[in-house]
Amino acid sequence: MHLHTKYLGEVEIDASKIIQFPVGLPGFIDETEFALVDFPDNPIFQVLQSVKSVNTAFIVTNPYHFYHDYSFELDDSIVESLEVKSEKDVMVVTIVTLKNPFNTSTLNLKAPVIINPSSKQGKQYILNMDNIPAKAPISPGNHLKAGGE
Amino acid sequence: MLVLTRKQDEAIQLGEDIEIKVLAIEGDQIKLGIDAPKSVDIYRREIYLDIKEQNNEAANVSSDLLELLKENKE
Repeated sequence: MHLHTKYLGEVEIDASKIIQFPVGLPGFIDETEFALVDFPDNPIFQVLQSVKSVNTAFIVTNPYHFYHDYSFELDDSIVESLEVKSEKDVMVVTIVTLKNPFNTSTLNLKAPVIINPSSKQGKQYILNMDNIPAKAPISPGNHLKAGGE
Repeated sequence: MLVLTRKQDEAIQLGEDIEIKVLAIEGDQIKLGIDAPKSVDIYRREIYLDIKEQNNEAANVSSDLLELLKENKE
């Protein structure tokens, strides 16, 4: 099927890959269907595009690429609502708040988006953990490498 | 807004299946226990608002910023 996307124009996607978000996302509760579209120019990032609203799209990434020890537990209610049966049923992506310059961009580690690729169900999962930030720097330690800053 | 006064161990019933109970009152803090179906998401309000705001900001990226992703391939 054709999907109109905010950032990538019209793309062709497999209709079976559409993910249901029955309760939407906080701030976007009416957006209940999304597709994950690869970002052609950079394989680390993807676009979580609403099927209904072309203007609702999030840039997402794999948080483990940036934060190797990121971890949290899924409670029973999300395991149940996403129909998670094994580890294979859990895919985690993080919403990126892209900023210029790039290294000031942030990752929302406090509210990862959990997707079950088998059941095609997804949900943004807000962690009840105070030590995980909603604005984690995209380049942990980047300021160390940069030296002067 | 409906305002109800409750004492410790008293509760409020919302509809058929949600119960909010005052478990303890300690100084300026009140400990609430909430019984609700698993399908009902319960958050501390300020955290929910924070995530909502963060989502709005993340969704408002202009297309020209996407150039940054092309430039910052690892």
